[in-house]
Amino acid sequence: MKRKVAIVGGGQTYHASRRHDVNQVEMVNEAVRAALANARMSIDDIDAVILGNMEFFEGCHMTDCWMVDGSGAYGKPGLKITTGGTVGATIVCAGAHHVASGLFDNVLCIGFEKQEEGDTGAILSGVAHPLYGRSMAGAAVGYFAMMATSYMAAWGAREVHSALVAVKARQNARKNPYAHLKLDITVEDALNSRMLAYPIRMLDMCPSSNGACALILSDEKTARDRCKKPVWIRAMETAHNEQFELDWRDVRTKRPIFSKVCAARIYNKLGITDPAKYFDVFEIYDPATWAELVWYEDLGLCAPGEGFRLIEAGKTDIGGPIPVNPSGGVLSTNCIGASAMLRIWEAALQIRGDAGEHQVPKKVRRALTTAYGGTNWTVMTALSENPGD
Amino acid sequence: MTGRVAIVGVAQTPFRPKRADVNVGELAFEAIEKVLSKTGLEIGKEIDNSISCSHDIWDGQTISNIGITDVIGGHLRNEEKMAMDGSTAVYYGAIGILSGEFDCTLLLAHTKMSQTNRNIVNNDAFDPVYTRMLGFDYTSAAALQAKRYMHRYSITREQVAAVVVKNLANAAANPDRHHGGDYTVNDVLSAPKLADPIGVLDAAPDTDGAVAMVLASEKRARDITSHPVWIRGMGTCYDSYYLGDRDLSDCMSLKKAAGRAYAMAGITDPFKEVDLVELAEEFSYQELLWLEGLGFCDRGKAGLLTQSGATAVGGDLPVNPSGGLLGGVPANVMGLNRVAEAALQIMEGASGHQIDNVRMAVAQGHSGFCGQHHCVIVLGRD
Repeated sequence: MKRKVAIVGGGQTYHASRRHDVNQVEMVNEAVRAALANARMSIDDIDAVILGNMEFFEGCHMTDCWMVDGSGAYGKPGLKITTGGTVGATIVCAGAHHVASGLFDNVLCIGFEKQEEGDTGAILSGVAHPLYGRSMAGAAVGYFAMMATSYMAAWGAREVHSALVAVKARQNARKNPYAHLKLDITVEDALNSRMLAYPIRMLDMCPSSNGACALILSDEKTARDRCKKPVWIRAMETAHNEQFELDWRDVRTKRPIFSKVCAARIYNKLGITDPAKYFDVFEIYDPATWAELVWYEDLGLCAPGEGFRLIEAGKTDIGGPIPVNPSGGVLSTNCIGASAMLRIWEAALQIRGDAGEHQVPKKVRRALTTAYGGTNWTVMTALSENPGD
Repeated sequence: MTGRVAIVGVAQTPFRPKRADVNVGELAFEAIEKVLSKTGLEIGKEIDNSISCSHDIWDGQTISNIGITDVIGGHLRNEEKMAMDGSTAVYYGAIGILSGEFDCTLLLAHTKMSQTNRNIVNNDAFDPVYTRMLGFDYTSAAALQAKRYMHRYSITREQVAAVVVKNLANAAANPDRHHGGDYTVNDVLSAPKLADPIGVLDAAPDTDGAVAMVLASEKRARDITSHPVWIRGMGTCYDSYYLGDRDLSDCMSLKKAAGRAYAMAGITDPFKEVDLVELAEEFSYQELLWLEGLGFCDRGKAGLLTQSGATAVGGDLPVNPSGGLLGGVPANVMGLNRVAEAALQIMEGASGHQIDNVRMAVAQGHSGFCGQHHCVIVLGRD
């Protein structure tokens, strides 16, 4: 990038299943006000506004236009970006491009979702091709069931391993005041929760949350002048899998590879070979427990087939050597359009040392975040306390 | 602009009322294949990233860029979708190149309006609590704007109809348009009404089609083409959402977007310095209102300007020599088509409707009802 870009502030709403006290515009405004206050800026400091959510999940067309009163975009340049579950991270990429281009100094990025006003399961089945795939109405649960059975068959993992992920996420969420599912659950609770599609149980899946996240990105001069603890965007990478590659016949050979390809690219950009050592914390997009185990392997935190050993040994716990999702992750809070941006904000909070009770108990200098959406897409963002390292 | 960005290739499908022979992906592929063969570029080699403009609700598919991931070269690569008018793809694509992240970007806008019902789609752009139940769509909202604008500046129905007569005559010379010919002011005024004062000929018809474009950084542009078209300036801006919060006879967001674009391009007297305009007149009165917002004449004077013949093909400032949107350009595609047509004029590649010696052109697109969000792109030759 031609100019260095820093996160100088951010904010999020308290996430919940029901927000009858606000409409979508008001909910977005909560996050925007929190971000401006956090950055000690006013809306007059903002040069452009970029916003996105899951298109039409709440039955609304052109939400960027409707949100103007809440987003502060009135009279300002701006765009709406929609790339599915990855959108929150894509908006941050777009914001970083805006700042790096030299045309804008301070850019406000907003992701939001008010899932209670739509039907996510129904609308996700519309992802499938209208002629060839729609009648299967698979949505997300069926997809992760294929991933899970393939993973179990190949590596010998058992349901208890996904239950460990489910427990870690919700116990971490209890330390995060903004998280949605703050559940004091045990492995037994997870194993006894309602079966949705074998082996995916209720507690293996993310919730339907309402919420918004906003971030403010600035150029180097503004960041150094106005922000005590800027968090620098070191690298961004995006990769998709083509639409019909939903196949999880064999986790070793016959599966989508977007995540491995994207990780290899961002590591290459940063010149790193041991991501588990290089990054101090990971905030990954885990819509289902089994996906988190697959992410461990695809990100190279362990060898293929060893993901479930990591969780078994507690390596990815908040106090472990490779903390993953100290915030509780998507498994605890999924306001989809905001979820990928929340990963980036939570990682930035860890680097700033501002995460409060869910701050990992070691010095955090660098973090990696992932987004996950579409049928098989990811956006990865590497953050650091140092713009050059 | 600090590091310059060029349009190095443009391709469009013909715009037709119904393309039952192709699905959305196949339609997009037609335009993409054409632009790649024109420029000699390959997705796996020279193209760094792709940006598409479309809407799930128009495409009938959730996260609808899934439907074009393969044809746009998204597989294991970077593709981003913007749920906005196509002009914003040029704007965001140029920002990506200026940021230094990318050197060569493929843009796409596509819509098959024949697949769905525009009134229902547009009604969903109104907020679900207060205005959607009123049955608003873009046409009925535009009728309010037309009335307010015509009333405030004493614009006559004949002046508005003159836009239709001009653009449909221009469209007849453009083989890509599906709708055009010799109409009289009387034909326009006596056509069946959609929402008074907007008649059938005053509104862009339902159309299927796609446009693809390639942007490149300065260092790459020269290798790709000997006739790059440079993006000299660009701007976007949002207005208020609720119709009651705006003065519909004004167009604050267009004036601001144009102001930003002109400042970048160093334009101080647009009427003198600009040779050609391609603007997004989804409804005929918008050509007049947008001309004023773009600063080509004083407020309320665009009707007289049009009647004087200045905006005709042979006039001082040809506006929409392609036939504009009234000749038939799909929703979402409209802005990218405006930029494409302006670029083709500068490249001297506008078949059948080429204007001589176009050095500086302005293209404009908008999103939302009554032009809530505007995007202005200024193009120039070497």
